[in-house]
Amino acid sequence: MAKQRCAVIGVGQTKYESARKDVSIAGLVREAALRALADAGLGWDDIDAVVLGKAPDFFEGVMMPELILGEALGAVGKPMLRVHTAGSVGGSTAIVATSLIESGVHRRVLALGFEKQSDSNAMWALSLPSPFQTSINAGAGGYFAPIIRRYMAMSGAPELTGCNVVFKDRQHALKNPYAHLQQHDLTFESIVDAPMLWDPIRYSETCPSSDGACAVVLSDEDGAKAAPNPVAWVDATAMRSEANNFGGRNMVNPAASSMCAEELYRKAGVTNPRTDIDMAEIYVPFSWYEPMWLESLGFADKGEGWRLVEDGTTKLGGRMPVNASGGVLSSNPIGASGMVRFAEAALQVRGMAGDHQVEGARRALGHAYGGGAQYFAMWIVSATP
Amino acid sequence: MSAPDPFEVTAPPVVLPPRLMGVEPVERVDTPLRMDYLASSGRHMGAYLRAMKQKRILGERCPTTGQVFVPPRGATPTSGLPTTELVELADRGYVESFCVTRVPIPGRDDLELPYISAWIVLDGANVGFIGLVTGIAPEDVRLGLRVEAVWRPDAELTESANNISSWIPTGEPDQTIESYEIVGTP
Amino acid sequence: MIDVAIVGYSVRQARELADNELELMAPLFETVRAETGLGPDRIDFTCSGSSDFLAGAAFSFVMSVDATRPVPPIVESHVEMDGAWALYEAWVKLQLGEAKTALVYGYGKSSPGSLRDVLATQLDPYVVAPLWPDALGLAGLQARAMLDAGDVTEQAMAEIAARSLADAESNPHAVRSGARDAEALLAEPLVHDPLRSHDIPERADGGAAVILATAEVARDVCSRPAWIRGIDHRMDVHHFGARDLRRAASAEIAAHAVGASADRLDVAELDAPFTHQEHLLTRAMGLDPDRTRISPSGGSLNGHVMMASGLVRIGEAAARIHRGEADRTLGHATSGPWLQQNLACVLEGE
Repeated sequence: MAKQRCAVIGVGQTKYESARKDVSIAGLVREAALRALADAGLGWDDIDAVVLGKAPDFFEGVMMPELILGEALGAVGKPMLRVHTAGSVGGSTAIVATSLIESGVHRRVLALGFEKQSDSNAMWALSLPSPFQTSINAGAGGYFAPIIRRYMAMSGAPELTGCNVVFKDRQHALKNPYAHLQQHDLTFESIVDAPMLWDPIRYSETCPSSDGACAVVLSDEDGAKAAPNPVAWVDATAMRSEANNFGGRNMVNPAASSMCAEELYRKAGVTNPRTDIDMAEIYVPFSWYEPMWLESLGFADKGEGWRLVEDGTTKLGGRMPVNASGGVLSSNPIGASGMVRFAEAALQVRGMAGDHQVEGARRALGHAYGGGAQYFAMWIVSATP
Repeated sequence: MSAPDPFEVTAPPVVLPPRLMGVEPVERVDTPLRMDYLASSGRHMGAYLRAMKQKRILGERCPTTGQVFVPPRGATPTSGLPTTELVELADRGYVESFCVTRVPIPGRDDLELPYISAWIVLDGANVGFIGLVTGIAPEDVRLGLRVEAVWRPDAELTESANNISSWIPTGEPDQTIESYEIVGTP
Repeated sequence: MIDVAIVGYSVRQARELADNELELMAPLFETVRAETGLGPDRIDFTCSGSSDFLAGAAFSFVMSVDATRPVPPIVESHVEMDGAWALYEAWVKLQLGEAKTALVYGYGKSSPGSLRDVLATQLDPYVVAPLWPDALGLAGLQARAMLDAGDVTEQAMAEIAARSLADAESNPHAVRSGARDAEALLAEPLVHDPLRSHDIPERADGGAAVILATAEVARDVCSRPAWIRGIDHRMDVHHFGARDLRRAASAEIAAHAVGASADRLDVAELDAPFTHQEHLLTRAMGLDPDRTRISPSGGSLNGHVMMASGLVRIGEAAARIHRGEADRTLGHATSGPWLQQNLACVLEGE
């Protein structure tokens, strides 16, 4: 049997905030799910299966929370899966859900990523010392900063490239009512002047810690034709994992990333991402990862990614906007962030991104990564089947 | 076509029974969790830790590619096979890359800020690990800096990677890093 | 649907293992690779199941991936669930017509932590978990409900235990075994009224690895593939008070969906850690113990590896077919308190 076509027919998000004290975990996920169902014009009974994704359970202190969320997500009596692939999980969750449709196993699937990390302590959960190892791993930033330093040395990029990315994303966030950081008075200078945190990463160049949930309703072709709002067709998905430490590993441009993109483009019939893709939602938790991922994803030549930042290509209004939603730099509920990238790409090609809509976006890339830049999940969605 | 109002609350309001009307609702439940785990190092890591007490650093050699990994964990990602060979490494190497950290981290109040955490590759190893670099000003640290281990005094040695308190410059000429992209000797 | 078969299976279970994840899994992968001739270059998709809370480490699954040889990069995914659900994800992947083989694994060590505390964190965090009810007590509540309603008797539970202990003698991976008769077991003291120690699972450290292959590959690498004829999983409501402890509706639905009782089942490996749960599941899934051997491996009762016991049951059900001892079998997996979530898989040999 040939692969079934799959489409995003509904998207729902919660306003990302540092702490959602007004809802329980069930309330948080249900809020996003209800919005996605409303967008899709469906009720709970129309959903065949639920795929839930989130990062380590220590972020909430609840082991295997899908067990307590069945009622909230209309999953009682249905198949329920819980995906966990580190930071890429929001993306891989959407991919698992897509495969349930493409394989013909189900007709309509609800995929949801969430994190209510204010319930626990994200900094603690991220830097739990591994027994037997020395404990000077200064969290994610301490891991990525040395890699960024290598990129800076290799590319000769201007020192303030990272600050440019931050300013761009935070400006974009002002046009996205769901984004966590709404910095109306932000100036470029204030970003540059912020103290270094993990030199060369400044305090101002890191992502916030957010609570939030993001849901998508996926359906087969019949369901897409019956959907009340425009749909986003899933052209292709791809996932890759690699070991995070071995001799000769290209940490700046991991093979898993470039190979994942290659497979993605091949399956989607994208011959030149620079002309075929209208916008991208790329997982950028630390500023410099935008130019780095632009190169890895083929939008720029090696060592040239920073030029797309400098010349405004990746700004809303530019030739290929990146993270029109404000990106991970503006909102980061860890387990949901990958799903947000995938969902925002879908909103763009559906023409439903509101004030942060990229004019005429017909084809968009959603991207997520996790671990020591070793897990990658990507999809391409488009306005036409 | 318009997106749904972002902040419209779609859940129906909760109706309380009469005896709970006017009672202050509980909004947060504080449940401290504490769980103890007795972790096993595994045989290969155990050998590494025991060697640490003798100021020796052990790595494992990949049976397929010959690459040396440190610390040894019992299987190498380049083969997916159980480790059969442990090798001894020098306690010196070079800085592949580094960052200067200015934020305190949990459990390490002893670390004076700012501190230099570097990706260190030992002579004979194909992978690096994060280590603390001391004895040099942050502005003088550079890619390729040659460093050696500072071992704790003999009386303080335990079966732990913490036997090496930091890495200091050796004074040797800098390692030449051929490619600025690849981390770890190919 | 594309025909997919289980073509390889390996397992390790022990009361307590000093091995780390790599030392545990690498030999299991070696075994299934050798069994099938499918080395890392021939594996198209990898999927695993494990739990951070069990391991006491965030992102703990990362520790095991190196044994899958992820250099050069592989297509790999993970569920924070029993490996049986990783098998389900892999089965779905193989339906897409691109990947032809999959390596599936699950593992867990209960020995490092306090399992009763760990499992309490699976419960509703607002009104139940703060009471720290322990898993044995919860199981006891379910057994009591069944006993009081006349669904089961202590005698029937002891008979299940006796049969299982005898069966476990021929399973080198069983952690507990040794034939005893039901009367002798009934004479043992209650340890968690109404449970006796033979009603309670023997927790184990360990893991399992399974290789799936589509029809294109399966017959080349396995002399008698165990074809997956049906696989389904469902979840019940969690909240205490909303559950009927005497039923596992999700197991009923899953069993019906896979046509468990549509034809004769030679063997049903049930992931029933407690004897009363085997009784419950046998009836819920429409199985006839007179015609179907229930958990001839000795079951999860006599060797329970958290996050892998379901995958082990499926692997054991497949192995019976591989060895020519059965033609049609069922593998079952469960998750959550009181059999909240259930997966059923029907396997057939040619």
